[in-house]
Amino acid sequence: MTARDTFAIALRGVATNKLRSALTVLGVMIGVASVILLVGVGTASSRAIESRINSLGTNTLTVLSTGRFGRGAASLGTQTQAANLTLADVDALESPADAPDVSSVSPVLSTSVTATYQGSSYTTTVTGSTPSYLGAEDYSVASGSGITTQEVQAHDRVVVIGSAVASNLFPVGSDPLGQTIYLGSATFRVVGVLASKGSSGLANADAVAIAPYTSVQDELTGYAASFTSLIVQARSASTINLAQSEVQSVLASDHDTTVANLPFSILNQASLLSAATATSSNLTDLLAAVAAISLLVGGIGVMNIMLVTVTERTREIGIRKAIGAPKSVILTQFLVEAVIVSLFGGITGVLVGLVGSKFRIDGSYPVIEPYSIALAFGVAIAVGVFFGFYPANRAASLRPIEALRYE
Amino acid sequence: MSAALAPGGPGTGTGRPRPVIDLRNVVKDYEVGELSVQALRGVTLVVERGDLVAVMGASGSGKSTLLHIIGCLDVPSRGHYWLDGVDVRSLDESDLSAVRNRKIGFVFQSFNLIARTSALANVELPLLYAGVRPKDRRERAVAALEAVGLGDRIEHQPSEMSGGQQQRVAVARAIVTDPSLILADEPTGNLDSASSDEVMTIFSRLNDEGRTVLLITHEPDVASFAKRIIRLRDGVVVDDRRVTEVSSLPPRLDRSGEVHLPSHVVSLSRVAEPAHGTEPAP
Repeated sequence: MTARDTFAIALRGVATNKLRSALTVLGVMIGVASVILLVGVGTASSRAIESRINSLGTNTLTVLSTGRFGRGAASLGTQTQAANLTLADVDALESPADAPDVSSVSPVLSTSVTATYQGSSYTTTVTGSTPSYLGAEDYSVASGSGITTQEVQAHDRVVVIGSAVASNLFPVGSDPLGQTIYLGSATFRVVGVLASKGSSGLANADAVAIAPYTSVQDELTGYAASFTSLIVQARSASTINLAQSEVQSVLASDHDTTVANLPFSILNQASLLSAATATSSNLTDLLAAVAAISLLVGGIGVMNIMLVTVTERTREIGIRKAIGAPKSVILTQFLVEAVIVSLFGGITGVLVGLVGSKFRIDGSYPVIEPYSIALAFGVAIAVGVFFGFYPANRAASLRPIEALRYE
Repeated sequence: MSAALAPGGPGTGTGRPRPVIDLRNVVKDYEVGELSVQALRGVTLVVERGDLVAVMGASGSGKSTLLHIIGCLDVPSRGHYWLDGVDVRSLDESDLSAVRNRKIGFVFQSFNLIARTSALANVELPLLYAGVRPKDRRERAVAALEAVGLGDRIEHQPSEMSGGQQQRVAVARAIVTDPSLILADEPTGNLDSASSDEVMTIFSRLNDEGRTVLLITHEPDVASFAKRIIRLRDGVVVDDRRVTEVSSLPPRLDRSGEVHLPSHVVSLSRVAEPAHGTEPAP
């Protein structure tokens, strides 16, 4: 009894009821394909999140006034009113003596307005800031130039617009540079167009208009408005935590409070990145768990079919035993049948997974991880052996006379 | 009472050849729920090499149980059984598989061929389990099929054959390992009389070639092919009649059939029909 004979007999057994075998194969296939695809989707989405956060810059800190966001307001009580980010804070943070690891501080004054140009209108976020803002937020200028320090000091009504704003306001082929657009009721001259950053998922990073904070205060928010946030750029990604503690102590002394009672919250992009990565890796695990369940269900399908097969072929088992098949041969035969079914399921599942990854799922192409293919395929075979063993053992343990009497 | 010490046990040579079957006081009990049913109540039976034995009896007489024990499909509750000089009680399950494979050929009433599998593959199966190499397997299976006159049907599946042909495939499967004993459980029970005579003629020829055959039947016509007729009733042998000597020709076989086996057996009930074709090319 060679391995080839065993395989040939088992294959004939599988082929005996083609539809039933095919449906069982389908069950395993769906399990394997869903493991591969869902792990791929999870990986793709966590990579997308990582790249979005990386594009925000991992060496920046965002200082938010807690009064505005309500963060920590309960413990701070009435202090929230006093916690405004002002130009004085910007100057203090830019002092090389107090904060040596801070390379730039950009105030952010943001508001939402409707931009119009010759009858086209588009709702966008207007960010009032300083020239360092573009660098801190990782924007690059596609045409024209960014805002300058002179323009900030002169309260010039100039604006750098995002690619989405440009494409929505201006007809295709026309040059927005030098044109005057309305932001709300005020006119601003377009001096630059930003390169597209793509959809960041959190907010459309291209639906922006960046102007000097002085002119935004003049025309849109009023002088009384304090900054929404400050973008603080550290000298490098490795000194970001150092920069964060310097920012905390500078702000604390500025506002006559302690670091612990600081009425601002500081978002560290690096910690945001690690939190987001952890979240998305949890998501991948969750998807993999769902897929694993479907693989398990496929395995139970194999067991079910093998039990039916053994019952149906009790007489055949009796005949084989009567003419001298040892227990081990019967066991092997049915085990190999189960493994053939799960092997087919595994192979077709991997193929379906690979083909499926060519399609966009949930906004991104699944990233095929070699480990997920190996895992899904391996588990499919293991499932065949595991769930095939009980029925095969039952077949092998049948007593020949009872098996022969079975109708 | 230890049967092993009984005088004239197997192997204690008196010059006579070792019997193929040697049963001593074999008892078989079945537990049916809380009831204990005694299917065999002490059967002692010796079958010599080359004999052609018919076991008769009404249903429930224990003849099937006897056949299962002789065929190592079941073990006696008490008593001893030597098959070809080997005490079957000393064998474990895998040894019994090997014994069934090499020493015994089975023919069943309902043919028991494996469906959707060619005649050749069915006949090859015992050789497969015996570990015979593929090339030898095929040669021996083809030879066995030719011996039962089915040399031209080797690729046919059971569903494409008549009952008589299927039973001849089963006979080919039984003889392919060259066993010392051929057991048949009502081999003609599902056949018309013409096919029945064909199959019995084959058994007669196989016996004439020196094989030991034991068959169960309740048809006197079938039993008339045997050299020895045993009757069972309620689990005991009530009659043991020898028709012809072990060494002589089987009763219903005439000299003419002995020389060469034609591919088709001319049944005794159809002698008037024109003869079938000659030996097909292998």
